[in-house]
Amino acid sequence: MLKDITIGQYFPGDSVIHRMDPRFKIVCTLLLIVTLFAGNSLWTLVIGGVFVLLVQILSRIPGKLLWKSLRPILPILLFTAVLNLLFVGDDEVLWEWQFIKLTMGGLQMSVFMIVRIILLIVGSSLLTYTTSPILLTDAIESLMSPLKGIKFPVHEMAMMMSIALRFIPTLIEETDKIMSAQKARGATLDSGKVMERIRALIPILVPLFVSAFRRAEELATAMECRCYRGGEGRTRLRQLKAGARDYIGFAVSFLFMAGAVTVNILSK
Amino acid sequence: MAILTTEGLTYTYSAGTPFEKTAVDHVDISIEDNTMCGVIGHTGSGKSTLMQHFNGLLKPTEGKVFLEGKDIWADKSRMRDVRFRVGLVFQYPEYQLFEETVYRDIAFGPKNMGLSDDEIRHRIHETAQMLGLTEDMLKRSPFALSGGQKRRAAIAGVMAMRPKVLILDEPCAGLDPRGRAEMLCQIRDYQRKTQSTVLLVSHSMEDVAEFTDKLLVMSKAKLFCYDDTAVVFRRAEELKALGLRVPQIASVMGALRKCGYDLPPDLYTVEKARDALLSLLRKGAAEC
Repeated sequence: MLKDITIGQYFPGDSVIHRMDPRFKIVCTLLLIVTLFAGNSLWTLVIGGVFVLLVQILSRIPGKLLWKSLRPILPILLFTAVLNLLFVGDDEVLWEWQFIKLTMGGLQMSVFMIVRIILLIVGSSLLTYTTSPILLTDAIESLMSPLKGIKFPVHEMAMMMSIALRFIPTLIEETDKIMSAQKARGATLDSGKVMERIRALIPILVPLFVSAFRRAEELATAMECRCYRGGEGRTRLRQLKAGARDYIGFAVSFLFMAGAVTVNILSK
Repeated sequence: MAILTTEGLTYTYSAGTPFEKTAVDHVDISIEDNTMCGVIGHTGSGKSTLMQHFNGLLKPTEGKVFLEGKDIWADKSRMRDVRFRVGLVFQYPEYQLFEETVYRDIAFGPKNMGLSDDEIRHRIHETAQMLGLTEDMLKRSPFALSGGQKRRAAIAGVMAMRPKVLILDEPCAGLDPRGRAEMLCQIRDYQRKTQSTVLLVSHSMEDVAEFTDKLLVMSKAKLFCYDDTAVVFRRAEELKALGLRVPQIASVMGALRKCGYDLPPDLYTVEKARDALLSLLRKGAAEC
């Protein structure tokens, strides 16, 4: 059950997409997201969809995994669709019942919204599936380094992010273990009334917090012992270096997005 | 009588992903009532996974688990009952303590069983005494105890449920030698007193040699053997081939036997070895 959480879950592989420079991947993903939300014609979405599909095929990430990352947001999708359907409207009324009015505009809007969100989630999942969390934070640090000029603690933030990402699997494992242990003592976690269910969480949350604090303290001590003093003057084991592949990948994505924007302007 | 039986038990982690791994592979075993059974095997041999099948925390990918002759997965609504009858203590159980006092933490399991307050109190005091926890400790916060005491409090929480089968995963990990010996003696006393079955997962051959009647040996996800401790340690060469040791004293006795000394083949505890050597020496003195 807990294993279904896919945030920052990396799916190891050796495809072109996996090997691409993470900084370029982030920029391309951002481009995709901006394009998806800026464009409002059918063709923008089709081009975006083709792009995402192409990346998926190149990355050899099984469709099943992508479906897994989509499943949790299904309720949100449904909710947005219904809201758009009911509250966005134009004159072309399709169906009317008392105060509820379904219009062509609303229908179009809700379909667009669903497709956009699906592409957004799939696109960003492809980024996290093909990039290890460590590389991802390295890339974010590198992309944000200009902010150092205004005294923004870029390195510290990146370090906090890598630590957080690094400990997600550990804490999930720990939660699983604590849950098993309490279940072995007869705790019921998945039945009963709301209050009972909340109460049933105490035997899990208390040990989990205790161990999270203990881990944090141990990690802090270990970092101190290795003389960690922040980012100044630190060199890296893995240097991010952009190569021909990355520029080509970026150019292809850029062309796709430029095409989508052009189509969007022309179709108006 | 067999209390726990498995038939073709197989479990695969992350089936259908690149991380797929069979941790338990077609295990058939039958564990008797009222035994102290050691479970040994290399790291990653599937011991812990197998143990989690015995109380239904993991559902077998294939095969069945029977508790007192009944398939534990036949009726899912009775799973809680199975968990009360097969108690499982995980490794480092002290990290699961959560209540305000040790007493209330130990009471968590018995309370879930729906026992009366009097019965719970009686069981807690009896269990605490068996594990050497004082009245004063029961009133304190579990987080204020020392490491060894925390471990005892956590084990007491499962023992107080008086399960028919108690599974302990490395109960002595990280304890000092004296703490280990004490803990193992207390576990053995518990087993004798309650006439239940105790499964003791351990990496220490000395510990299982001294404290268990039966041994279950896992190797590479398969059951290597399940037999009397003495019989298992007679297969020293095979155990070594699996990357497992035999108790040091058994190696010494084996080497002496190879040198031509007339020693019986099942000397695997220091006491038995001492007696055998002494009688050998006396015999030698008489012959001179």
